[in-house]
Amino acid sequence: MTAPPALLLRDLRKSYKDVRAVDGLDLEVQPGECFGLLGPNGAGKTTTLEICEGLKPADSGEVTLLGLRWDRDAKALRRRIGVSLQETQFSEKLTVEETIAMFRSFYSRGETVAAVLGQVQLTEKRAARVGQLSGGQKQRLAIACALVGEPELLFLDEPTTGLDPQSRRQLWELIGGFKASGRTVIITTHYMDEAERLCDRVAVVDHGRIIALGTPRELIASLGAEQVVELTLESAAADLPGRCASIPGVLGVKQHDAVLTLRVARLHETLPRVLEALRQNGAAVAELRTHAPTLEDVFVALTGRYLRDE
Amino acid sequence: MSERRGFRPALRALILVRLREFFREPEAVFWVYIFPILLATGLGIAFRNQPPERIRIGWGEWGPPADSILRALSADSALDVVRFTDSTSSALALRNGRVALVAIPAGDGVHYRYDDTRPEAAPARLRVDNAVQRAAGRSDPVATSNEIVREKGSRYIDFLLPGLLGMNLMGSGIWGTGFAIVDARKKKLLKRLVATPMSRADYLASFPLAQLLLLGLEVGTILAFGVIAFGVPVRGSLASLTVVCVTGSLAFGAMGLMAAARPTTIEGISGLANLMMLPMWVLSGVFFSSARFPELVQPVIKALPLTAVVDSLRAIMLEGATLPQVAGKLTVLLVWMVVAFAVALKSFRWQ
Repeated sequence: MTAPPALLLRDLRKSYKDVRAVDGLDLEVQPGECFGLLGPNGAGKTTTLEICEGLKPADSGEVTLLGLRWDRDAKALRRRIGVSLQETQFSEKLTVEETIAMFRSFYSRGETVAAVLGQVQLTEKRAARVGQLSGGQKQRLAIACALVGEPELLFLDEPTTGLDPQSRRQLWELIGGFKASGRTVIITTHYMDEAERLCDRVAVVDHGRIIALGTPRELIASLGAEQVVELTLESAAADLPGRCASIPGVLGVKQHDAVLTLRVARLHETLPRVLEALRQNGAAVAELRTHAPTLEDVFVALTGRYLRDE
Repeated sequence: MSERRGFRPALRALILVRLREFFREPEAVFWVYIFPILLATGLGIAFRNQPPERIRIGWGEWGPPADSILRALSADSALDVVRFTDSTSSALALRNGRVALVAIPAGDGVHYRYDDTRPEAAPARLRVDNAVQRAAGRSDPVATSNEIVREKGSRYIDFLLPGLLGMNLMGSGIWGTGFAIVDARKKKLLKRLVATPMSRADYLASFPLAQLLLLGLEVGTILAFGVIAFGVPVRGSLASLTVVCVTGSLAFGAMGLMAAARPTTIEGISGLANLMMLPMWVLSGVFFSSARFPELVQPVIKALPLTAVVDSLRAIMLEGATLPQVAGKLTVLLVWMVVAFAVALKSFRWQ
């Protein structure tokens, strides 16, 4: 018999008053995977995660973790999962070591406090009060508290939001290390670069539904584009997307205020045609950038919106 | 596999966290240990026992001369006679309380002017009239004698100290517990904790249990101060005193859990805790005897947990009462404890 999926969601639904936060979500995550839920704020990622963590009941649908269910096996589940929530503030009066030791006391088995301190690189800060830590250090403490029970399944809700680039890279290494030990990680983020870097597979979530699912490479390849061209115009001109769409080599066009985003093949041949078309239509280009497509472009192509706008 | 970790490691860890959080909060330490001592010192000095006060009375000089009566009044050691030359100034002194009564000679008698709603007026009237009648030759048919007894335990500080002890138990139980829990809920720490295998009962129990550990220090400090600085008597047994303090602390701790069961903001718990504590500050006889309130509300006052604690402590410390003698009050506390804990468990908002 093979191991049950680390996480199995079937037609999950949850509403708050008149808002459908989760609107029929299906998902299967295999043991050992690092799985990312991507989407803008308010897409329903946190609600989905909190239902999985047993913190909120679903209105309907099926939730199975490691073959167990919250209504029957809550105690066993809490021992086997690790959780880092958005915006948990630990007691500022306690030291780093004391905080981890408190969490350690809740588990009958797990890592030693010293080992976890080493994993999250807080050994030097172990005697510091939580109130004196930087944002990145606080996040590493939160993950230390999630790791101390040696979980098989780790939930991280936006672990790097608001952190500086260096702290984000430190956290990525930490999560990469956990993944390398063969355990399952489920992470939410609205940073597409984070998902590309960390996740084996991602689901793009919008309005409580999954609108795309696959490996980052698959999702990007689904755009069929070799390059993405972003043009900032000096003034918005009428019907530019329509005109550009008919240019050979242009696979897709989106306009957002004065920014025109084109997905193109054979950049060296297509770009001159695009610039020529713009010139003929009297649209002056203020700025031009091209880059290889990312998950961000997948989200734009699927929803017509940018992640950061939300 | 699981290692040996002793008895209830999570509960012990949570209690340790409570104690650390308390001692690392300088303000909490001030309010629990320093403030009651400052208060006791201030009030103890303000209300220290002084030689018996003399009664100030007025003498109306505008009446016909009555030197023998004036001499008799001046000779009474309990009276302090102020002379007035006109009726208006004497009326003013009477109105603003400078004198308790004005005696005015009138023909062959004396006329007393006083406000009968003032507590000092009646003894003044009695004392003055006695002096006047004796000076005129009245002889008392019954021989009486006086024996003055000034005993420790009847001073204001003796009355106040058990009150302060009770008030402190209430403050640290209700406010200490309530604030810490709502703060954890506001910071989403409570939500994080329930995502672990932590037993919720352990979490709730850690508050009153940590309170009990602090209790010895808290009660001990105030009590030792009272005994050493003011010679406050402790006539009952320390064991009885301990039982009352422990029961009271648990009852207030349960009320703190009840107050903290729902609020999500510090403003919310502040309002609720004050709503609970204010009636007890006023009614439960911390600073003055609750017997002064009307008979009608006495059953309500007696049912308040602070009244039960303060009255029991006074009975044990000042009258040497034993536990069976305060059993009724302890029952009141146990009922509060059980009911408040049940309400807290039933309505507690973990997320």
